[in-house]
Amino acid sequence: MSFNIDERYKKLNKGEVLLAYKGSISAELITNVLGVVESKLDHVIDKSITKKKIYNILVESLQNLYHHVDDLPDIINESMDIHFGIFVISKVDETYQIRTGNFIKNDKIQKLRERLEKIKSLTKEELKDLYKFVLNNQKFSDKGGGGLGLIDIARRTEGRIEFEFDNFDDDYSFFSLNITI
Amino acid sequence: MESISIEGTPKTPTVNFDATTGKIEIKGRSIPENSIEFYRPLVEWLEEYSSEPQKLTSVNIQLEYFNTSSSKCILDVFKKLEAIKKARNEVIINWYYEEDDEDMLEAGEDYESIIRIPFKMIEVVD
Repeated sequence: MSFNIDERYKKLNKGEVLLAYKGSISAELITNVLGVVESKLDHVIDKSITKKKIYNILVESLQNLYHHVDDLPDIINESMDIHFGIFVISKVDETYQIRTGNFIKNDKIQKLRERLEKIKSLTKEELKDLYKFVLNNQKFSDKGGGGLGLIDIARRTEGRIEFEFDNFDDDYSFFSLNITI
Repeated sequence: MESISIEGTPKTPTVNFDATTGKIEIKGRSIPENSIEFYRPLVEWLEEYSSEPQKLTSVNIQLEYFNTSSSKCILDVFKKLEAIKKARNEVIINWYYEEDDEDMLEAGEDYESIIRIPFKMIEVVD
């Protein structure tokens, strides 16, 4: 069966959903979402440190999404915005889950997969060293943080990151990232 | 030399840089999508200040949140301060973090190990 975006979105909307979004990913949207989620978290979590951790990871994952959404394939471009992405923030048992999804060109998959697998395999100390190395040595573009986002998320969650690529067509796949806090 | 005084917003920090007192302060949140734009004038200010710094430059960094896009820019700020210290001026860096916020403490330690100026780690208790 081929990949269906609506079914995927439905599947993600499980558990106690704090916020779910499907559509254009813009800077204004992220600002608004962060505001809404922050006040929601104030209501549901007492511990300031947990709240901070969730908020931090949310900032990184949404900004990652913002910086890396690929332009959409034409056939779905008609029904969706060009900067299309989805994200769901939910509570599952005692954990919080942040899930993001966006289209990615197939020729970028291998590099991203290797990068994620490497990050997931590193120990806490190794992640710290990699973070410092990238921070101190890599040139940052105006656009992104030089790939620090994923390393930062892995450090804060001790590597609890799952991901998958679903083939959409010859040129595009759908990239899903699932972060557990 | 003009001072810098910027009010904080939900995405950018409060900034106070004063050349006459040598007090440098960054407080609040730093989570803009594009941090380079925000930090460029701060780094340029420090560049100018470094040609004629106070005997003692006292730096207070008290961030609630910062994103990875800001982290590189904050390092650029610290590198300017490192240069001021290398030119035989005194530089004190106070890194504030909220009680139990290990991630923020560790972030301070990361910077400290890169720029080689000892930080004073100050835990803020409510």
